[in-house]
Amino acid sequence: MSDLQSSPSAAGKATDEAPVVATAGANASSAQASAERSFLPQSTLLRHLLVLLGSAVLAVALLELSTPYQNSQLATLTYYAIAAGGLTVLTGMNGQISLGHGALMAAGAYTTALLLDADEPLPLPVVLLASVLVAVAIGALVGVAAARLHGPYLAGATLALAVGLPGLAIYFHDIFGGEQGMRVRAPQAPEAFESFIDVVSGNNASSTKWLAYLGTICLLITYFFLANLVRSRIGRTWRAVRDQEVAAELAGINLGAWRVLAFVVSAAAAGLAGAVLALVVRLAAPSGFTLVLSLSLLTAIVLGGLGSLVGALLGSALLVFLPPFARDMGASFGLDQTEAAQVAPFVYGVVLIVVMIFVPAGFVGTIRLRRMNAKAKKAMAQAAADAAGRR
Amino acid sequence: MTEAHGATAVSRSGGSAASGGTATTGGLLQVEDLTSSYGPVRALDGVSLTAEAGRITAVLGANGAGKTTLLRTISGLVRPVSGRVLLEGHDITKAPVESMVAKGMAHVPEGRGVIAELTVDENLRVGSLFRGKVGKDEFDRVYDLFPRIAERRNNAAHTLSGGERQMLVIGRALLAQPRILLLDEPSLGLAPRIVAQIFGLLRQLVDSEGLSVLLVEQNARSALSVADVGVVLNLGRVVVTDSASTLMADEDLRHAYLGF
Amino acid sequence: MDYFVNVTITGLTQGMIYAAFALALVLIWRSTRIVNFAQGSMAAATTFIALSLIQAGASYWVALVVALASGFVLGAIVERVIIRPVEGGPELNAVIVTLGLFVAIQAAIAIIFGSSFQSFPTPFGVRGFEIGETTIPLTPTSLYVIGAVLVTMALLVALFRFTRVGLAMRASAFSQEVARLLGVKVGGMLTLGWGLAAVVGSLSGLLIAGGTFVYPAYMDSLIVFGFVAAIIGGLDSPVGAIVGGLILGLALSYVSGYAPRGSALVTISALVILIGVLLVRPGGLFSSTTARRA
Repeated sequence: MSDLQSSPSAAGKATDEAPVVATAGANASSAQASAERSFLPQSTLLRHLLVLLGSAVLAVALLELSTPYQNSQLATLTYYAIAAGGLTVLTGMNGQISLGHGALMAAGAYTTALLLDADEPLPLPVVLLASVLVAVAIGALVGVAAARLHGPYLAGATLALAVGLPGLAIYFHDIFGGEQGMRVRAPQAPEAFESFIDVVSGNNASSTKWLAYLGTICLLITYFFLANLVRSRIGRTWRAVRDQEVAAELAGINLGAWRVLAFVVSAAAAGLAGAVLALVVRLAAPSGFTLVLSLSLLTAIVLGGLGSLVGALLGSALLVFLPPFARDMGASFGLDQTEAAQVAPFVYGVVLIVVMIFVPAGFVGTIRLRRMNAKAKKAMAQAAADAAGRR
Repeated sequence: MTEAHGATAVSRSGGSAASGGTATTGGLLQVEDLTSSYGPVRALDGVSLTAEAGRITAVLGANGAGKTTLLRTISGLVRPVSGRVLLEGHDITKAPVESMVAKGMAHVPEGRGVIAELTVDENLRVGSLFRGKVGKDEFDRVYDLFPRIAERRNNAAHTLSGGERQMLVIGRALLAQPRILLLDEPSLGLAPRIVAQIFGLLRQLVDSEGLSVLLVEQNARSALSVADVGVVLNLGRVVVTDSASTLMADEDLRHAYLGF
Repeated sequence: MDYFVNVTITGLTQGMIYAAFALALVLIWRSTRIVNFAQGSMAAATTFIALSLIQAGASYWVALVVALASGFVLGAIVERVIIRPVEGGPELNAVIVTLGLFVAIQAAIAIIFGSSFQSFPTPFGVRGFEIGETTIPLTPTSLYVIGAVLVTMALLVALFRFTRVGLAMRASAFSQEVARLLGVKVGGMLTLGWGLAAVVGSLSGLLIAGGTFVYPAYMDSLIVFGFVAAIIGGLDSPVGAIVGGLILGLALSYVSGYAPRGSALVTISALVILIGVLLVRPGGLFSSTTARRA
């Protein structure tokens, strides 16, 4: 059998087809999957727990060593990163694209706004959970339609969602406040938080800081959950559905159901991100969930490398730290304020194009590919040496 | 696999022995030491062959021997790693695919290459676009050759049968007035009667109009029955080049490489 | 009754614009298997070129011609420089590239022309014709819109049916490899196709702008409507795109005209129609895929 595979005759027919081109970052994660099998599931979980713990310590240090303004930037980073994490699982792992994540974030944000608007608001974890559930419900609906679509069809359908759904907020303006949107009453920080900050750094436990911590906690939980999911049997099945559609179907995998599941998981992250956004920005309005938001998320995951959570986090950092920089640069070229604000989206667009043309695997994916190529070359050289030895 | 026909190429014909005595120097189409690969897979490994003017040269071999890659590399659809392709003595190795037909080489790809959405007539017209204005008489000539497609000239090409499609693409290639016609598996999926008809017609065009053909076939028996020269490929290398009649008579070779 | 006729005519007029935009998408889809999500931004860019010419004192018609010409150039450059490297690659990559182009051009418009609302003129009146005593709801502007789209479509049909370039373009669109083997310069045909599609897209942008306000994102909903119309028609069929555009135009006009506060429901209705079509007939109502693959 192995002889057959290495002989050119077996490969002869395949050569008549178009050369295989890597879908952005795709190979990186499949190869990883095979490497992961050598770990026991428990040890993967353990490893992730260690990383989680380390990240938590790092996050506290970061939040306490930075200025209040930087705290609010980090809070912004958390909701971008939560949404991008969900999107990268969907697009990178399962091969589905979504331009509708901005709309799903809106669903989470409006749910949070509505629930906190009550006279006796529910406890915050319940509010967040409810936001996730609403996004999940909408995500499941969209996912059922999306499961049958691919590529440009899916992009177009979710684009329609992104443009159409905020319109509902305007139509039902009595409930959702129309164009002006809804103010969000951010809940007070619990006393435990104040004493925690007092012990750690003695800084002022402002509400900005509380929201940054809240976002960070949500981010860590989301990424921990997603990382484990991706390494699990579920993650492997998603990759199989993406890469080996026919083989997966022959193996009895219900492609549609797995695609819907990916969409639902991704929607849950978007819903949570929307909830955090509503708390941090203290506003849920249609203007906050434009198509540009969805496209920004796409930029983040493409830049980081599709399918990579670390990449999504790095890409989200760009979404937060690039705009002020771009604005200043625009202003220095003599643009007025509104014009300078457009420099960032311009850069996003250019980044999407340039990355796709020159480094379709993104940052993290390219590094992984490099490593894999080196490994593959070594293996090929080894195989060639073996073959020569046999002769 | 018989030991006698190992990896080395045997050219028992000595180049011109297969010819009927025409004094062509170097041949119409020459392939020199051509190597092509798809990624790490080497599909052609130093292939050399010559297609003489006014002859049918058949390239034979099993599925995966590199026959299709050979044609695709000759016409530029695949870029070779090394080696040269000469047409009438001019190096065309790096010429763009689009320019080949104007240089006198028409390539009918595997799967026949009708443009299914266009009508029969439009298919023919695409084939002559590069020549500028082409007289109606030339189209009439093709329709005279293939009366079956003449009846269907305004139908979409996807309504044609396999044999009719083959007639269409050969007719379309003829409209380009090629010096040499590259045909990839014309017999594929056709009834033996139709194959015989099409090969008979090719023979007739070669004999009476001076057309030259480089024919790639898995159906070696039919191909050798019409060809002048046979080139046997295996795993991307030329195993043997000889006159068709000699190859036909070599039972060992037929069993080893040609499957009949 | 008058109201119904009025809503219907509005729907047909809008539908013609959607049809033109959908046609632009279909032309590109057929030749390169790419949905050009940047079509709207590209059209918006040419509309702003026309607007700045008009503001500088040029006539509407001069501005129209310049805008369409710049649309052609823009489409051709985009294909050559940005699309060519991802053509034939994974479909997701091409989708992402056109989305990137969409954001980048839209932002560039805002940087160059500003992001405020600006009114765009129309060369004809928007008051209905009067026949004797009664005013019919057909306006000179809607006649102009319908006429302009029809003329464009007729020109395209003539190009594709009766010219050698048109035949070469169709051959390239259907089968790149075969066309190349037959000596057709496929690369040039694809560039030409993108250029022409961008002209048609630009026309729809100019027509929908007429008599209303433009701002950098004013084409966002038209991308959705054009895409929905193209999907109704099956993405592959120019005739389908036109019929799809008219169906969508009428449907949205009736929603807007008859549902309470219907104008806010227009985009969401387009979404509902899209999902419905995709669930029932994913290949579109006029799909000919089975015939093509036979």
